[in-house]
Amino acid sequence: MKLARDTWLIFQRQLNLLLRNPVWVFVGVFQPVMYLLLFAPLLKPALGAPTQAEAYKIFVPGLLVLLAIFGGLFQGFGLIAELRAGVIERSRVTPVSRLALLLGRSLRDVVSLMTQAVIITLLALLFDLRVFIGDLLLAYLMLALIALMTSAVSYGVALKVKSEDALAPLMNTVAQPVLLLSGILLPLAFAPGWLQGVAKWNPFSWAVDGTRALFNGDIGDDRVWQGLTIIAILAAAGVYWAARQFARSVR
Amino acid sequence: MIETRGLRKSFRSRAGRETKTVEAVRGVDLDVPAGEIFGFLGPNGAGKTTTLRMLATLIEPDGGQATIAGADLLKDPGEVRRRIGYVAQGGSTWDESTGREELVLQARMYGIRKTEAQRRAARALEAFQLVEFADRKCKTYSGGQRRRVEIALGIIHEPKIVFLDEPTTGLDPQSRAHMWDEIRRLRADGMTVFITTHYLDEADALCDRIAIMDHGEVVAEGTPADLKREISGDVVQVGLDVTATGEAEKLLDGEEYVNRLELLDEGGLRLFVDEGATAIPRILRRVDAAGLDLRSIELHRPSLDDVFLTKTGRSLRES
Ligand SMILES: Nc1ncnc2c1ncn2[C@@H]1O[C@H](COP(=O)(O)OP(=O)(O)OP(=O)(O)O)[C@@H](O)[C@H]1O
Ligand SMILES: [Mg+2]
Repeated sequence: MKLARDTWLIFQRQLNLLLRNPVWVFVGVFQPVMYLLLFAPLLKPALGAPTQAEAYKIFVPGLLVLLAIFGGLFQGFGLIAELRAGVIERSRVTPVSRLALLLGRSLRDVVSLMTQAVIITLLALLFDLRVFIGDLLLAYLMLALIALMTSAVSYGVALKVKSEDALAPLMNTVAQPVLLLSGILLPLAFAPGWLQGVAKWNPFSWAVDGTRALFNGDIGDDRVWQGLTIIAILAAAGVYWAARQFARSVR
Repeated sequence: MIETRGLRKSFRSRAGRETKTVEAVRGVDLDVPAGEIFGFLGPNGAGKTTTLRMLATLIEPDGGQATIAGADLLKDPGEVRRRIGYVAQGGSTWDESTGREELVLQARMYGIRKTEAQRRAARALEAFQLVEFADRKCKTYSGGQRRRVEIALGIIHEPKIVFLDEPTTGLDPQSRAHMWDEIRRLRADGMTVFITTHYLDEADALCDRIAIMDHGEVVAEGTPADLKREISGDVVQVGLDVTATGEAEKLLDGEEYVNRLELLDEGGLRLFVDEGATAIPRILRRVDAAGLDLRSIELHRPSLDDVFLTKTGRSLRES
């Protein structure tokens, strides 16, 4: 099938280029590990968790969602560089699938995020975090969908604004409220009522809740399927919209 | 091979609060037969790139139609893409990839299988004398080497037509001559080559036929020889001080042997006359009698620049 073949082609190319730059891989893993080592120990007293393992159950899912959001949102910068180099235009004169131009790139981002997620999970295991493999895989699915959506949207916006100067403030403006209103760093259970009310409108808040439930072993919790459904729909919409930008972008 | 009718495109651009509409291409009709090197000659901003990008399916025309290698541009852009190659003006290679990787990827984006893509990449590297650098990152290439990779990318799938947007801009004279040879080789292989240029000598020496473009319109079309023949007679260029130019214009404008007269920015005049050999002594006598200081006098056959000058009232060299 042409779409699958083209997607694989673009994915391979993008992954190769990523691996060629070892610094990037290092930074991608280093940062979250720092969070895990230096920030997480504060949490047990702060959250009033009975054990360190309990604190990790709350913090690790939040950290992973955070990585998925940010890992995706800032991918657009690389695309602007490609746009400027003429690589995108060169692809667009070939019959290669426009959806594949997007999917190949976004899947690369998903894979690089999953690598980070696995490393962090393994490290957290050393700190006595325990999670069932089935729950964990479902949580990874959630993360993958989040990264797919944010990277697709970032690519789409990059093709629209075409300049780093416009993309950076735009993405920061989006990222900040999303971050604050999702209970990523601290659960919104601590938040006043009005804040919880506003957060209901933030899809990532649902994603965080669902992921936490999974890490807690509550696979039957309503928040799991609700979070997954909301994010899956948004990911599909994001991919559709961004692929259209690939099809029609002008210079 | 390429047939366009009334191709149009305008851009809306925002400058501060105002939105301005630039009519980049306003009704271009072209007929390019197979197996030719067809040149698009025109100054900066004439609309060459915009026309090419429309023909390469990158932007949608506002109006008009085109058939390219037998496929309809508007109804079947996918088929057009399969049959053409396009090499952009501003480059198209990625710093961190090697030339070979780029060529293989490009072939595979056209649906060619991996082993075949590798074979073609190797062949293209050889043909464009790139074997030595094939596995070095593109960012280490010289401008000329990089341009050769880009041209190779444009033809890796053996298209019927290749569009080359300013293939020789920025190359030194020797690399330019090489590039000309390579372009001629493409024609020898049966490809139709559509190039843009603002070099007069390039249009003259390389192209079988040219279209001269200005302000979004084709102002003249034909073989270089035909176009020059259209302007009968000779051109006499008189070099004068800027201060003396006005007076000389008054002196010579009325002379019955002067068909047309143009002022030169750097001082002096360009006179279109029927026969240079008889005109020159008469010009000299007039200028001398008026006591003007003559710096130089040249006689030449009309060039493509003169064609451009007669069609647009401006010189291509100045714009
Ligand atoms: N994307 C765009 N948005 C706005 N204006 C544009 C765009 N692309 C081209 N133009 C304008 O259209 C006109 C024609 O541009 P084009 O690039 O086709 O010229 P050109 O003949 O290729 O010039 P050059 O020799 O400098 O490459 C110019 O005035 C240019 O500013
Ligand atoms: Mg141009």
